[in-house]
Amino acid sequence: MAAISNQLKYKFGFITAVVVACLIGIFCIGASGLSFPTSVQKLKDNLNHRIQLGLDLRGGSHLVVQVQLDEAIRQHADQAVDLIKDQTRSQNISIGEVNELPDNTHIVVHDVDPNAANKFHDILSNQLQDWQVGPAAGENNGYLLTYPPSAVAALRSNTMEQALETITRRIDALGLTEPTVQFTGRAQDEILVELPGEGDPSRAKEVISQGGQLELTLLVDQTPYASQAEALAAHNGVLPAGSEILPGRASAVSDQATGPSNVYYVVKRSPVVTGQDLQNASPQPSTKSPGSYEVNFVLSNAAAARFGPFTAENVGKDLAIVLDNQVYSAPVINQRIDSNGVIEGNFSQQSAQDLAVVLRSGALPASIKYLEEDTVGPSLGADSIRAGVRASIGSIVVVMIFLVIYYRLAGVNAVVALILNLVILMAAMTYFGAVMTLPGIAGVILTIGMGVDSNVLVFERIREELRNGKANASAVDVGFEKAFLTIIDTHVTTVVSAIFLFLFGTGPVRGFAITLTIGLVANLFTSIYVSRAIFDLHLAHMRRDEALSV
Amino acid sequence: MEFFHAPNFDWMGKAKYFVTLSLILLIVGFASELKQGLAYGIDFKGGTAITVRFKSMPEGQFTDLQTKIRSQLSQAGLPNSDLKPISDPADPRTKNDLVISLAQSKGAQEGADVDTDRQTVVNVLHKVLGETSSGKPDFNSATASEVATYLTQKDPLLLGAKAADHYTQMASALVSARDSDYGGLVSDFNQLQSVNGVTPAVTSALANEYSLGGFAILHADTVGPTVGAQLRTQAIDATLYALAGMLVYVAIRFSGGGLLRIGIAGKKPFFLWKWIDYGIFGIAAVIAVFHDVLITLGFFSLTHYEISLTVIAALLTLVGYSMNDTIVIFDRVRENLHLMRRESFPEIVNRSINQTLSRTILTSGLTLLTVGVLYFLGGQALRAFSFAMVVGVVVGTYSSFGIAAPLVVVWNKFRGGGVTAAPVRAGSAAEKHVAAVARR
Repeated sequence: MAAISNQLKYKFGFITAVVVACLIGIFCIGASGLSFPTSVQKLKDNLNHRIQLGLDLRGGSHLVVQVQLDEAIRQHADQAVDLIKDQTRSQNISIGEVNELPDNTHIVVHDVDPNAANKFHDILSNQLQDWQVGPAAGENNGYLLTYPPSAVAALRSNTMEQALETITRRIDALGLTEPTVQFTGRAQDEILVELPGEGDPSRAKEVISQGGQLELTLLVDQTPYASQAEALAAHNGVLPAGSEILPGRASAVSDQATGPSNVYYVVKRSPVVTGQDLQNASPQPSTKSPGSYEVNFVLSNAAAARFGPFTAENVGKDLAIVLDNQVYSAPVINQRIDSNGVIEGNFSQQSAQDLAVVLRSGALPASIKYLEEDTVGPSLGADSIRAGVRASIGSIVVVMIFLVIYYRLAGVNAVVALILNLVILMAAMTYFGAVMTLPGIAGVILTIGMGVDSNVLVFERIREELRNGKANASAVDVGFEKAFLTIIDTHVTTVVSAIFLFLFGTGPVRGFAITLTIGLVANLFTSIYVSRAIFDLHLAHMRRDEALSV
Repeated sequence: MEFFHAPNFDWMGKAKYFVTLSLILLIVGFASELKQGLAYGIDFKGGTAITVRFKSMPEGQFTDLQTKIRSQLSQAGLPNSDLKPISDPADPRTKNDLVISLAQSKGAQEGADVDTDRQTVVNVLHKVLGETSSGKPDFNSATASEVATYLTQKDPLLLGAKAADHYTQMASALVSARDSDYGGLVSDFNQLQSVNGVTPAVTSALANEYSLGGFAILHADTVGPTVGAQLRTQAIDATLYALAGMLVYVAIRFSGGGLLRIGIAGKKPFFLWKWIDYGIFGIAAVIAVFHDVLITLGFFSLTHYEISLTVIAALLTLVGYSMNDTIVIFDRVRENLHLMRRESFPEIVNRSINQTLSRTILTSGLTLLTVGVLYFLGGQALRAFSFAMVVGVVVGTYSSFGIAAPLVVVWNKFRGGGVTAAPVRAGSAAEKHVAAVARR
């Protein structure tokens, strides 16, 4: 019997260290750091804390939201056009038509009074710095304003950041468990919202998609009109400067139907107060119509300093409370109002509460659309876990029994390597914070398959070398050496496909790619390093003439 | 234990049968794809798929129910609904599960609300089951926090001040019993008395507040059409890039065109042939894998399994697996080219396949076993995935000796190889080298 070399001792020392680190990672870390599982309950808690389940296993909703970036660009150009018109009017600069080109990044200003060219340039250079100014083609007094591509790109990414922040604030305010809001990474304009445990995401969707653009402005005409045409006709076809027609929300609408009703108001275009001026918003029972709710808002100090004098000046006129370009109510200003206001709308308690959340979180920079929605009920998730775990355990047991029968002692070695592979896989997933999904369970099973393959490759090779008359030690040596290259080749090719899955896949499929990759790396360690060490240990305890059990 | 002892089959001699078999499978699969196409899941075609579990009812009634649902959906403006019962033999609770698939309807054009269709389906189901709205919320779709709020407010156990924590725990126990013990569908409030601490007072309080719907929505998935198109492109891209990546890796690892023993001297070959000589192992492996993917897709078309994102994951995995088998054989061919100087190229390939046969059968058999277990026990959600794997493992194993290896042999023959390489004279240095290698 040969002595166990120091090298082998180090090997086993290293393997033991890895196993201990893995077991600690899986079982001994709880919500409050290191905690040894002293009871079954504690063990369960630690496991639940460490192994994160994907939505397909724990149940919940997955929403993909598309931010309408083109709309943000159009709004930006619209604002520039409005600003040019307003400023030239107030400074008495005569200009011709102002046109926006269809791509919304070019504006043409025709026939600018040559005598006021300097003043016009001042407006552009002071207030529209982000637009590049050049002469319009074929015109002496025309200007072409260009929004440069770099600025467009910046606007797009700012809009996305802002939308992400707003949606995050709104979702957080709903008080759901562990929601996540992030970019999908698939396309620039997409945001992924995950709501674990939500069986019906309609409320969250409602809250996410509201624009939340609040504006307080004055009514131009006290009376509403039945149609836009009628409103125009009342002004002989031309609206007064700085005003626009907005649909009203009929006072009798319930909180379900939020579509525009058939009432139209003519309102001042520039609001005195916007949603950005809000300090707080909260639901309260309505005083006028008992049983329904309204939303009370409080203005910031700066806004109150504007709003107080404004209302004092306009006592007797109608204030328009506009939300997302709909007039919600148009109360008469009876006295000076400093900082408080109310949005009436016959809300239910929940919709008033949700509107308050929307107002507090600020407006979305552009409207959104839902591209995808996937809701898994909790019972299906539980079923999937059960089925997945059953299949995994079933296949592991069958494979292990077979290995032991077919390869005897070496089979036991393979079983040890396989179990270790699974332990490392689970531990790596907990340490990386990877999420276990249903395809991830399939990834685990495939990892087992790959592990078996590596062991079989080595064992078959050892058998072959033994048949060719090699001694035990050299047969093991050559077996591992020759199988090594093949194992590397097979693993690299599989990792290559897993990487592409990760790059092109989403959600659960990514989970599969991650699980498979970690499993393959773990497998290289167990089937080559660990399995070899066990063989060496066995050889060291064997007599020279004893037959190798493989 | 040993299944094969020194097998000695003439694989390359049978190559023409393998190729014929492959052609037949490819043509049948292709014809089926032309005739009935592939059943894309909603991941790829857009639309809505809703999995509903109904309370248990006799089989005939369940069939009637489906007919009613179909006609009611059509009346509600969703004419092209597709109803598929799940009925997984491994899980009796799925007996009355139904997948309702809807193409993207006009009412739910991508945009404002992707789940209009879901609401329509829920309304239709209530109507078909004759559930008039009692005004009470459905316990089977209540969340734990709703139940907790209600119980705390009602306090049926008269716990007083410290009730909230107790009821929160009880509510989550109730909901998890509903979801795990009763498959998401409680049919009688008294069933809930099996939950620890739940007394008749609690169940009757629940019965006062809640109704029990006859169905539960297990899964609702909606995908807009542009996303579907995008995902389809991504899937095809992923597969093609994965194949390209493997081609490059294998071509580099086996870049030894010279090892093919092409014994033509003097004549300058067409320049492209040289390149193929270098990459032939990679090219053959990739063609074989591509062949596997096509045949598997053919089987999907024949069996009407839906192609979803997870199935794509399975296809990519089988690409990796099939590549494994091919590489194991090619590795041995490369090794044997050094060792066996006298044998012809086809003989070397034969020998290599025979030497690795034991491993091939074992590994593929065990993998087949694991994915087979997954197919039968893995539940509905993994069924199509494991079906792809089962087909893929079989076809992938076969293609490594039936397609990949013959391709290399055919190329070798085309390039003038195949005959014995430069004969090794007895006693020469070369022979000593071969003998030394063999002894090692």
